[in-house]
Amino acid sequence: MTAFIARRLATGVLLLLTVCTIAFYLLYLGSDSVAHAILGAEATKADIVRFNLSHGLDKPFIEQYWNWITHAVRGDFGEPWTFTQSVTEAITSRMGVTLILASTALVFSAIVSVLLGVTAALRGGWIDRVVQVLGLVGFAVPNFLLAFLLVAVLAVQHPIFNAVGWVPPSQDFGQFMKSATLPVFALAFAGIASVSQQVRGAVKDTLQLDFVRTLRTGGLSHKRVVFKHALRNAAAPALSILGLQFVGLLGGAVIIEQIFAIPGLGQFSVSATAAKDLPAVMGIVTMTALIVIVVNLIIDLLSATLNPKVRLS
Amino acid sequence: MSDQNTITGNAPVAPRLALRDRSLILKVLTNPLGVFSAVTVTLFAFIAIFADSLVRYDPGRIDYLALNAPPSAEHWLGADGLGRDIFDRLLIGTRFTLSGALLAVLMAAIIGCTSGLLSGYFGGIWDTIGTWFTSVIQALPGLVVLLAAAAILGTNLYLAMFIFGFLLSPSFYRLTYVIVRGVRNELYVDAARVAGLSDLRIMLRHILGVVRAPIIIQAGIITSIAIAIQSGLQFLGFGDVESITWGSMLSEGFKVLTVEPLQLLWPSLLIAWVMIALIVFANTLRDELERVGARVRRATRKSMTDHVKAEAEDAIVHPEPDRQGELLLDVDQLEIGYLQATGKYNVVVHNTTLTINKGEVVGLVGESGSGKTQTALAILGLLPAGGTILDGRLVFDGIDLRNIRGKDYDKLRGARISYIPQEPMSNLDPNYTVGSQLIERLRVVMGMSKSDAKTRALQLLDKVGMPNPEKTFSSYPHEISGGQAQRVLIAAALSCEPDLIIADEPTTALDVTIQAEILELLRDLQKETGVAILLVTHNFGVVADLCDRVVVMQYGRVVESGAILDIFDNPQHPYTRELLGAILDENGAARGAYVAPTAKAGK
Repeated sequence: MTAFIARRLATGVLLLLTVCTIAFYLLYLGSDSVAHAILGAEATKADIVRFNLSHGLDKPFIEQYWNWITHAVRGDFGEPWTFTQSVTEAITSRMGVTLILASTALVFSAIVSVLLGVTAALRGGWIDRVVQVLGLVGFAVPNFLLAFLLVAVLAVQHPIFNAVGWVPPSQDFGQFMKSATLPVFALAFAGIASVSQQVRGAVKDTLQLDFVRTLRTGGLSHKRVVFKHALRNAAAPALSILGLQFVGLLGGAVIIEQIFAIPGLGQFSVSATAAKDLPAVMGIVTMTALIVIVVNLIIDLLSATLNPKVRLS
Repeated sequence: MSDQNTITGNAPVAPRLALRDRSLILKVLTNPLGVFSAVTVTLFAFIAIFADSLVRYDPGRIDYLALNAPPSAEHWLGADGLGRDIFDRLLIGTRFTLSGALLAVLMAAIIGCTSGLLSGYFGGIWDTIGTWFTSVIQALPGLVVLLAAAAILGTNLYLAMFIFGFLLSPSFYRLTYVIVRGVRNELYVDAARVAGLSDLRIMLRHILGVVRAPIIIQAGIITSIAIAIQSGLQFLGFGDVESITWGSMLSEGFKVLTVEPLQLLWPSLLIAWVMIALIVFANTLRDELERVGARVRRATRKSMTDHVKAEAEDAIVHPEPDRQGELLLDVDQLEIGYLQATGKYNVVVHNTTLTINKGEVVGLVGESGSGKTQTALAILGLLPAGGTILDGRLVFDGIDLRNIRGKDYDKLRGARISYIPQEPMSNLDPNYTVGSQLIERLRVVMGMSKSDAKTRALQLLDKVGMPNPEKTFSSYPHEISGGQAQRVLIAAALSCEPDLIIADEPTTALDVTIQAEILELLRDLQKETGVAILLVTHNFGVVADLCDRVVVMQYGRVVESGAILDIFDNPQHPYTRELLGAILDENGAARGAYVAPTAKAGK
């Protein structure tokens, strides 16, 4: 198990390094045009040289990258070009909101889709058809359309929930529920639709496995075989789907935060992009990749504890 | 050159696929959902191409007399905050929205399929590169990458969709990769290679034919994702200011949501409509593909049974006056069928009669598909979904098995009838240790305490000849060999002291030397415990080694039955003779086993 964790950690670090290197290279490759865009059309050549000089863009790429990465490993993503806070501060102060939003959506969609998927696989019939149709609709209706619908009906027409804003759960839980319910639901819906179908498939596949029948021949009841053996075997594929889902949730949060005016990482990335603030964008890319890699690591470890065979591969 | 022609000419796959494709399109178009999606796609393709001639106003024209005008004859869907006609803008928006999405899909398909083909076909280093690229791309949400790109490249719709195509390529990559890996090892690809065809030609001719349909399905799904992401980007304000798209209309509509909700509704409806149509198209195509495959299978099965019915005849029963013991299992005129989509039953076992007395070892012999496993599963009450006992008697020790179900059957299984499967490795739960699986059964069936069950489990492992029972007890199934796993399954089958064990080809999946060991173990354990065994096998050598009596099945019916010596000395049915003849052609172990009945007869 230790060897497994070490291997997964090493892969994670290598992956993060690759993503950062590629991102840095591509971002700073285009920094010339960025200087033009920030300074405006009437900027002279001298203005641009001065801009590059003051932001260290005149140095060779390798030196800039080395400079960035030696600071980044210490948690310092540098000074932004347009914001007053440092990049690290700006990101950490907003990350919590996005993490709460995305993880609440993940947990919510995980619970609902496991319940739906398992019931659909075991029971069949109408609930199976509901899950199938839900999968179709959830896949075909993007989360922002659902968000519009929710806002229009449940916040504007019937003001049950807040249309905009964010109250942290630690401050006032009731207000948190009012501000978070719609964005979490809008984010989680697509997840529920696809994960419940995948869970249904995983459970159905597992029920076809030889050992399920053989366990029945040993006198174990259908219920026992399903809940003790089949579901545990179906858990590994279901978990890896949830990992992929989390990446999707972080992407979806960018738009959802914009719609509900939630001050999270997604909203920050929109304003950083609009301001063409490269250090801020680079910091966001790095942190997002880090979050995704850590979540996938956790999921790998979970499936390894559930399934002894995973540790080998 | 002539060699190549023969090989490709004989390859049955390519022409059949083409034929199937044509009928497939017809199938999709006769399905109402298929028609819905086909009409939608055609309609919007038409609008995208001819948008310029369809509009009634200049879509950029600002009309201060029509600010936020409601729907009317003049403005069918109303006008926006600058008095521009919403209907016209939706038409023009179709062009940019669809062409952007199309660009992304083409990029994704070209990159993904090419790399999938390469790494699937050649493997090795291509494989590693492909996997690594996929994980790099998946480490970031697409939207975050697109925003980062917009920071340096500015807001250009087509450029963004070009990059997005790259980000979407893993889904095509994985799809192609998996299929190509599967096809690559098919015989017809080998044949083409032997015939001297170049790799490129094989890929184009044979492999592309197979991946085509799944790629079209995937393209439908990816197009819809591209439309969603593109609209999202435009909504966030990173679209072209110049071009009108559904996404930019969303953005404008959202600003006036509280006062003019309709302006947000129209583009939302169009996006949802097109996306649903694309997903429905993909699903319909997939369903039809699966159904075509199923139909072919069913048809061959059906024709087989029809063919058999014509030449049905009565089973040859050798009289057995010296039979010992009390009747344990009585199968009489058993008929098993599977419910078809047509509502009819496909009968796989006809009028099968066999009996087992206490302590007897009965061989059920026949080639695969002859119905022997179905018979065995029917006795256990565990026929696969759709399978039913249609007729006949099934009585075990006075209990009518056709009348019990649920908990009553559970009490019988394990405790009185147990089972040894064919393939040992796949018949143990990979997530629990061998010991905990043995203990679970002992506790559930025998109601033992945990410590008693552990003692008994260790005894059993010792009894089936495991050299180190403690070690096996705490091992996971993947940590033991196939032969050991079969011993564990035999221990499990014996654990609750059943009266009858059904062994379904217990040695087929094992190495020859291990086969002999397992057969010896079964024989010893049978002598020791006196349990009755129904041994399902296709190998008369195995039968000779173990059985007192034989029942021969062919095409789902019993053709001959009797005491082992009668069958060996005087086989009546041509099929029995054929099977007996076959053991002389088999390997040494089986031929050695043929001597056994003489030895048995001696005592």
